[in-house]
Amino acid sequence: MTREEVLDDLRKKFKDDIIEVFDKSPKRVYVEIRPDSIVQVASYIFKDLKARFNTASGVDLRYHMEILYHFLIEDINLLISLRVKLQKQKLEIDSLSPIFEGSSWIEREIHEILGINFRGHKDLRKLLLPDDWPEGVYPLRRDYKEWDKNVIRDRGV
Amino acid sequence: MSIKLKALLKSPWVFHLSTGSCNNCDIEILDCLTPRFDIERFGMLLVGSIKHADVLLITGSGNRKSMERAKRLYEQIPKPCLVVAVGECALSRGMFIHSYNCPVPIDKVIPVDVYIPGCPPKPEAIIAGVVKLIEKVRKSTEKK
Amino acid sequence: MEKTIIPIGPYHPLQEEPEFFLLTVEGEKVVDIDVHIGYNHRGIEKLSETKTFDQSTFLIERICGICSTSHPFAYTRAVEDIIPIEVPERAKYIRTIIAEGERIHSHLLWLGLAGHFLGYNTVYMWAWKLREEILDVMEILTGNRNNYAMFKPGGVRRDIKSEDIPVVIKKIDSIVSTLEMLKKAVIDDPVLHARTKGIGILSKEDAINYCALGPTARASGVARDLRKDSPYGAYDKVEWDMIVTHNGDVFDKVVVRVLETFESIKIIKNCLLNLPGGEIDANIKDIPPGEGIGFIEAPRGECFHYVKSDGTNRPVRHKVRAPTFMNLPTYKATVIGEDISDATIILAAIDPCYCCTERMTVCNTKRKKIYNGKDLIKLSREKTEILRNKMGVK
Repeated sequence: MTREEVLDDLRKKFKDDIIEVFDKSPKRVYVEIRPDSIVQVASYIFKDLKARFNTASGVDLRYHMEILYHFLIEDINLLISLRVKLQKQKLEIDSLSPIFEGSSWIEREIHEILGINFRGHKDLRKLLLPDDWPEGVYPLRRDYKEWDKNVIRDRGV
Repeated sequence: MSIKLKALLKSPWVFHLSTGSCNNCDIEILDCLTPRFDIERFGMLLVGSIKHADVLLITGSGNRKSMERAKRLYEQIPKPCLVVAVGECALSRGMFIHSYNCPVPIDKVIPVDVYIPGCPPKPEAIIAGVVKLIEKVRKSTEKK
Repeated sequence: MEKTIIPIGPYHPLQEEPEFFLLTVEGEKVVDIDVHIGYNHRGIEKLSETKTFDQSTFLIERICGICSTSHPFAYTRAVEDIIPIEVPERAKYIRTIIAEGERIHSHLLWLGLAGHFLGYNTVYMWAWKLREEILDVMEILTGNRNNYAMFKPGGVRRDIKSEDIPVVIKKIDSIVSTLEMLKKAVIDDPVLHARTKGIGILSKEDAINYCALGPTARASGVARDLRKDSPYGAYDKVEWDMIVTHNGDVFDKVVVRVLETFESIKIIKNCLLNLPGGEIDANIKDIPPGEGIGFIEAPRGECFHYVKSDGTNRPVRHKVRAPTFMNLPTYKATVIGEDISDATIILAAIDPCYCCTERMTVCNTKRKKIYNGKDLIKLSREKTEILRNKMGVK
């Protein structure tokens, strides 16, 4: 399948799910989709297009949060980034870990550093932060403030 | 000089502890063991258990999770012991000073005897640092 | 049969980095594994948002000491993707040379440590002695043993002097013969065969399902190498082969890594001989708002960086995904069902790099039974008796 066929296929198949397709460069495409349809689109790209899941990256923007799921189709060297926008009142999205194991850890990481809940994830324990990290404090959010009173931030000179 | 300290200075056994470093200092420490540098010439030996060690080589910027473990390990090391901080991160946390997960410098948690700066320090520097430490302790005990 | 939980780590004599495994065993078979990481987490993604694009390269370099080229390489490519801009030809070649030098020293380092894990310290000493030569080459080229500080958005910071090239080539040629010897000693060694063949098999389906990367995937027959799939730097201009094996066991992972070092030497030599002239820096002035993605093949697999800019001189978001992050969960597929004595080498076989993984759990003490010294002696006697009967030794 060539690059154009892949994109046409996506457009046709998920007409109602895709909000916008941004064709950035020959090797990069950003596809914005509705949050509810992430499982269908992602499993189509992973299973039928034989893409490899690179990673997901969450960003806290001013009015909403955004998750980008990056998939690389190795044969045609095309990186498809699925963009999902989440409202700050309702930070929830379906988990991809039942489809492929590779997304399990990154969802745990996003859950603990940005506070996004993944529905259907079996094991949302903390991955990187210590167990005594306070509840409801997410270090990569924009409104993160130092919570620990005992920190020392000077070099002592 | 007490017999314990004399034995310690003759052949210090080293335990290496990484508390959230970038691995470079750890690898340079392992490098000291290999044929080119070969610290076993000085009777130094890297040991696997903290309970056999005389010198604690500590690297890294000390994050919240590993410092809890480091404190417990320091309690287990047989005293008298010597602590050497290797690398910029262990000295002052370097460029990780404002990180949310590195709250306090290591020497506020564990008393440090010798600081070896560098990012990472060369194996020569690490060997020189430990040798200097031994000489310093020997001199300070001879005077008494 | 009763289950026992064996904790490995976080400070274990075999590992130079802190990480923590809980192995649940039944007799000698591993039935479950739980990996706890976070002992190296330093919050680099957050710190990167407070630094300018140029300063960030130095921070990114210190994600990991072994991958201190891969991360800046991926990061600079992500920044160049925002603009977008092509780096000059000469800079591309220099970047390739540094990245391949790193691959050699990283693979040799792993080979040594793998020997150490197996209790075969001769391999450890030989491999690390050879690695010193590569570090010398890197010191000639960049001025540093580690943390080369060569990369900047738009090019490289330091040029390779033409009088250094013959010295480096001579040094690299001298490495090849020792490496040949090491290869024979490792690949033909019956002890290593006995310890690593048929152990910790990662099937092709699992490698795809877990999205395994780099040598871990290539040893399982997944021909996945970004240097071929999505060529960057000078990889499409020089001749080299991708090494793929099909068994997926620990031995194949050793073979892939050893043979890859030869390919890397080939690439370095080719690049040095065909080094084009010209500028080494594209002189980036402003970085417009937008987002960029950069990925490269690090020694352990694909290293992925995502940078979002809002037009100021600092990134809004910088996401780092190291290869080990994807390779670590494959433990669930490889360790379970194996003997406890083989677990360490299987855990080491993916070449885990925790500093990378945790850029940014205390022991579960609900053990079913605690053995004391007497129990252990009794158990080991029973086991010896079983083995004796099996082998017919009285």
